[in-house]
Amino acid sequence: MTERDPTPGNREFSLEIETDVLVVGGGPAGCWAALNAISAGARVVLVDKGHCGSSGATASAGTQIWYVPPDPRERETAMASREAMGGYLSERRWMVPVLDKTWESVNRLAAWGYPFPSNEQGIEQRISVQGPEYMRLMGRKVKNAGVRILDHSPALELVRDDTGAIAGATGIRRQEGGNWIVRAAAVIMAAGGCAFMSKALGCDVLTGDGYLMAAEAGAELSGMEFSSAYAISPSFASITKTALYRFARFYREDGTLIEGAGSARGRSIIARTLLSEPVYARLDLAETDALKAIMRRAQPNFFIPFDRRGIDPFTERFPVTLRLDGTVRGTGGLRLTGLDCATTVPGLYAAGDNATREPICGGFTGGGSHNAAWAIATGAFAGTAAAKFALKKKPSPVLRRLGRAGYAEAARELDTNAALQAVQQAVFPLDVNYFRTEAALSREVHRLDDLWERLETSGGVSHLDLLRLREVAAMTATARWMYRAALARTETRGMHRRDDFSKQDPAQRHRLIVSGLGHIAVRPEPVEEPIFREAAE
Amino acid sequence: MIEVIDTETCTDCNLCVKVCPTNVFDAIADGPPVIARQGDCQTCFMCEVYCPVDSLYVDPDPANSYGLTVENVKQANLFGSYRRSIGWAKETRHLRRVDDHFRLPQ
Repeated sequence: MTERDPTPGNREFSLEIETDVLVVGGGPAGCWAALNAISAGARVVLVDKGHCGSSGATASAGTQIWYVPPDPRERETAMASREAMGGYLSERRWMVPVLDKTWESVNRLAAWGYPFPSNEQGIEQRISVQGPEYMRLMGRKVKNAGVRILDHSPALELVRDDTGAIAGATGIRRQEGGNWIVRAAAVIMAAGGCAFMSKALGCDVLTGDGYLMAAEAGAELSGMEFSSAYAISPSFASITKTALYRFARFYREDGTLIEGAGSARGRSIIARTLLSEPVYARLDLAETDALKAIMRRAQPNFFIPFDRRGIDPFTERFPVTLRLDGTVRGTGGLRLTGLDCATTVPGLYAAGDNATREPICGGFTGGGSHNAAWAIATGAFAGTAAAKFALKKKPSPVLRRLGRAGYAEAARELDTNAALQAVQQAVFPLDVNYFRTEAALSREVHRLDDLWERLETSGGVSHLDLLRLREVAAMTATARWMYRAALARTETRGMHRRDDFSKQDPAQRHRLIVSGLGHIAVRPEPVEEPIFREAAE
Repeated sequence: MIEVIDTETCTDCNLCVKVCPTNVFDAIADGPPVIARQGDCQTCFMCEVYCPVDSLYVDPDPANSYGLTVENVKQANLFGSYRRSIGWAKETRHLRRVDDHFRLPQ
């Protein structure tokens, strides 16, 4: 398999680069990672499937940030607020440094000129960012810091050296054509979560690519059962902004109110209703013109679909749906071994949604807030640690490319569109993924296992077709990890809801670690004792 | 999804080709870019806000194409409406600093 074992100068790649740290992904986590790695003295290359500054969930959506002043009482409240909701799987030894690093980093963002609004006393309010503005600034900072950015250059697989450490990645250039290899002493996976191309806002680029590449290198994942996040959106639009739905009431087609339906705890009532009939929303609870104006100024993108369809969402009912956010608003991802954001694979780090967010959220999160803070803080931690690792590492030759699915030599043809639809049919339905049962999960796991076998033996396609094939493989692998973990967690905890095990089971207050591609192993991992005992819930 | 490029106002700067996360556009020698892969559009509106001359229009529906024309969008006065609302147009620059999240009742 000589073509799978690249040596420098063999002309297999149209672009070859050598660097210290390679960052995969140009969203917030990747940008913070790149900035911290380069200020630690490393040479840094950042590759993005799309464009660093406009790609990913944050750039188009915008986000609140878990930005809490270093006041002991405020920090205590902030840390305690989601422990129960997350099923007591978070850990304060993580929350404390994440809050510290987020505070410091967001203040740097303000110093760089991010236009935070001010209140009536003239004090800047730094609890949220508008997506386009935030990510345009981050993209510019990364570029101006001297990071070499390759846009429209998706990474497709990792490469390893003769010591077993990760030594870079390969990918394609989808606009210029050709392919690339970046030889690096450390790689940071910041390629986001997986939303299964559900058309959730900005999320179609988030197909679990980073999970697949890392798992092929032997990395483990954690919290993949916490992957049943669905966002409310108008059924005719991609705008999955849920915060303002707390001012909504929900209705049936005949106009009768759906009791108990809501954007937070009442979301399961919306989901149940959607199983049998359409659901409509109206922002009834925003009664004053002052509040309506505040809502518009808080989230301009929320109003795009209504303005373009000539609908007044405050007075007219509009149809809504639930779009799968998967692990983007879920919490599962690559397992980290410590605050340096290393994975179990030497030379491989993970940050942002690409890593499990259980350390600060447990089994529940939402859009933004904690996830935004996590991207900032873990990006910074991983960037610093990867630079330190890379600068100390002795160079060793790249020996092996690690991509498997889609790279088979005896290429078998596979219809990637049909495969994508098959994955989506396994993960979108509310009566499979939102309301989980042993029967439905097992049925879908078998289908996904069959699909995986076909993906593993596929290959022989052009560069552009290989990208879609790898995306479908990553989504299939992600769905399999999700459902294996969901089958193993025979209880309801965090966002993971088992209709056949509707109670939280104190004996299962542990993380679930999954690993492997052909055969998937699941094992429990203990978490730090919570300050508030579970029994007190 | 992306519906319209106004080839009259487009300056062929190809910024949309660059910023589109899902690579929907193709640059063309000596002319405005074309919508080459409309079905890949994820309806994120990034091309619209980055377009410096408001030549692009993205319909909110990510699943269906409506065959809209430049005239349709002009009549509804929708070219550039999202860009103006986030303060990225010259005349609305003051809106960049307007973010009322902190004023939302908790």
